[in-house]
Amino acid sequence: MKKVLILFSHPTFEKSRANAILVEHVKNKEGVTFHDLYEEYPDFHINVSFEKKLLTEHDVIIWHHPFYWYNCPPLMKQWIDMVLEFNWAYGPNGTALESKTCLNVITTGGTKELYCSEGSNSYTVDEFLRPFEQTANLCLMNYLPPFLVMGTHKLTEEELEAYGNKYSELIDTLQNKKTNSIEHGVT
Amino acid sequence: MTGNILFNVIVFLTSAIICVYIAKRLGLSSVLGYLLAGVLIGPYVLGFIGEEGEDILHFAEFGVVMMLFLIGLEIEPKNFWNMRKTILGMGGIQVVGTILLSYFLFMFFGYESNVSLVISMAVALSSTAIALQTIKEKGLMATTFGTSAFSILLFQDIIVIFMLGAIPLLSNAKNAPIEKSVGHGNLLDGLPFGFQTLAIILSVASIIVAGRYLIVPILRKVARTGVRELLIASAFLIVFSISLLMEYVGLSPALGAFLGGVVLSNSQFKHELESTLEPFKDLLLGLFFMAVGASINFVIISKIPLTIGGLLIIIILLKAFVLFITGRIFKLKFDQKLMLTFGLAQIGEFAFVVLSFAFQLNILNQEQMDIMLVVTALSMSITPMVSAFNERILLPKIGTKESIKRPMDHIAKSHKIILVGFGHFGSTVGRFLRSHGIEATILDHNSNRVDFLRKMGFEVYYGDATRKDLLESAGIAEAKILICAIDNMDVTKKVTKLVKENYPHVELMVRAKNRDAAYDLLNMGIENIYRETLDTSLALAKDTLSKMGFRKYTLNRQVKNFIKYDEDSLRRLATEPKQDKNFIFKARKELEEQERLLNADLERGVVIYDDLWDSEQIRKTLEKQQKNNTAQNK
Repeated sequence: MKKVLILFSHPTFEKSRANAILVEHVKNKEGVTFHDLYEEYPDFHINVSFEKKLLTEHDVIIWHHPFYWYNCPPLMKQWIDMVLEFNWAYGPNGTALESKTCLNVITTGGTKELYCSEGSNSYTVDEFLRPFEQTANLCLMNYLPPFLVMGTHKLTEEELEAYGNKYSELIDTLQNKKTNSIEHGVT
Repeated sequence: MTGNILFNVIVFLTSAIICVYIAKRLGLSSVLGYLLAGVLIGPYVLGFIGEEGEDILHFAEFGVVMMLFLIGLEIEPKNFWNMRKTILGMGGIQVVGTILLSYFLFMFFGYESNVSLVISMAVALSSTAIALQTIKEKGLMATTFGTSAFSILLFQDIIVIFMLGAIPLLSNAKNAPIEKSVGHGNLLDGLPFGFQTLAIILSVASIIVAGRYLIVPILRKVARTGVRELLIASAFLIVFSISLLMEYVGLSPALGAFLGGVVLSNSQFKHELESTLEPFKDLLLGLFFMAVGASINFVIISKIPLTIGGLLIIIILLKAFVLFITGRIFKLKFDQKLMLTFGLAQIGEFAFVVLSFAFQLNILNQEQMDIMLVVTALSMSITPMVSAFNERILLPKIGTKESIKRPMDHIAKSHKIILVGFGHFGSTVGRFLRSHGIEATILDHNSNRVDFLRKMGFEVYYGDATRKDLLESAGIAEAKILICAIDNMDVTKKVTKLVKENYPHVELMVRAKNRDAAYDLLNMGIENIYRETLDTSLALAKDTLSKMGFRKYTLNRQVKNFIKYDEDSLRRLATEPKQDKNFIFKARKELEEQERLLNADLERGVVIYDDLWDSEQIRKTLEKQQKNNTAQNK
């Protein structure tokens, strides 16, 4: 069974209805390490060696965060800047993350209709996630399409529960099956 | 002779160590231990000391002198001037009130009027030694009770001069010839009154001037030599010289020493003088209390126990009554008033002086003298017990109550937090918790603060947090966390030990004064230790480096690294055995500790920068790669 590391970044987790439900469904699963970055590093002082150790111990890396200004929250970016070191994660000898699996799990306030060339956000989420995709590529990881929960403001409790179950199923799939054949997305 | 002296010293020290140890273990004031030791080695129990007891008493009075010098050091002239109303007002009411009441009392008992007056004067005086030592021991100097007691005692110290001046006037004419042979004498005897007054004013002025322009420059020179014992010698020289000068002009040495202390309180040697004299003062005071204990005449007590006992109770009640009224007039809070009432109700050591002076002048006869001496010594001896009764039994029930009933707040109760100590540190903690809707149950031993906090709607328990029953009533059984924000580390250790042993489910968050305290707490198995100096000093260092051109964000990260490193080294060094930890001279110990830390810093390197956001390494690697490539191409 593959080991999954959820790097969760949310500056106001206590106020997020959607993420509370999502996290509830996955954080205690077997083989899953739920790592709450804002709780661990409230002062942005990331323990790089500890993070590197965590990464080497896991096969699947999930960047789980809300979508703020078409991007991740700042601590998540800080994590990328600090932890993915030259000659470790990338560079001539940077092979530490080679062939690990990586994906974003994202909640957005706006609905799917807003994230397209006709919508007010002009681009799709996948397009906005190009930097993450390329980051994973440079680190020799297999980047999978994101798991999206969109329009969270309008979702009912039941719908959120359904997303939670889906998130959990996704992790089951990632743990047991060959990962590069997975197709998922929002219905 | 030498053997004799050595033997006496050994007797004194042994009994003191044993009795004070026992008293402290029982949670009583050390004064009581010393008094008991005195009784034990006195002529009526073990008989180690007999006649010389009185000489020892005189010698040990230097302890009182030193204590007032040290108290003077703590009071800056400006504050002293601000206290003038309390000193004159409270002191005046107490002394005059007590003298009047007791005068009528003794007249009623059928004493002659001059005898009654002399005894009343003696009765009016309280014991500076006992009262102030107890107040300091309990850390109550800053409370209204502390300052009131101090003001009254200071006034008594001043008024005793006038008493000694007035007593000869009371002696019967037929005894006049004896007066001359007495020679209580000072240089000014026989001079006209005006000259005496002038001399007194001049000598007080000379203390003030000498303090500024003679003592401080001398101390500066002495300090420059770096020889520590010279400083000790100078400190003693100051106190002894002032005492001698005061005795020459007929003032109380204690008063003079107090003035000297006030004058020097602004100088930079304040703390050095304090730390130098403190241990000697404590020992001498101990000796003084033992001498008092030894001077209790048990023969008289066994002869007329009822008279002595009755007199003792009546006098203490009378003094207590006047003190209570005084407190009332000056609007002291009820429990502060009670502490004052019981704290100063004894007859003090100056009574010995007044009484024996009057005896020498034949105003008192042998019997009256003996009775009063015994009553005085007894009243001093029972003060600690009376105070303990007041604190343990009376105060918790009346005045600022230990607890008040409040409607239960169930959410707060189920996440119960107890905050011990609500001074500068604790109040900040409490305010921040409260701003998050978390109401801590507060324990504090300052009654004024407690009342204020209750008005603000806090749930506050009043009293000594080292008492298990108080913690119980504050609800420690259901508490989740206990925050210990006490300033005094000895108390902190007691509280944390008590909680850790008896309530293992309670998580402890503890304020530590410094590294040393943190070591001790760590070794006690406390995990959450907050050194109050760590973050602040690093913030200052950070800002300093920033002013020198270092970038703030980098400094911020380095501070975080430093704190982590320092915490790690704290935990590492705490387990290393420290030899003779308690006996090494404190200053040297601190220096050694500093050296240890600086060495460790040196081994670690001045600063370790990580490679984060550092393009240097990338550039070098890429350069190397390029060279390889070109080499291959060739």
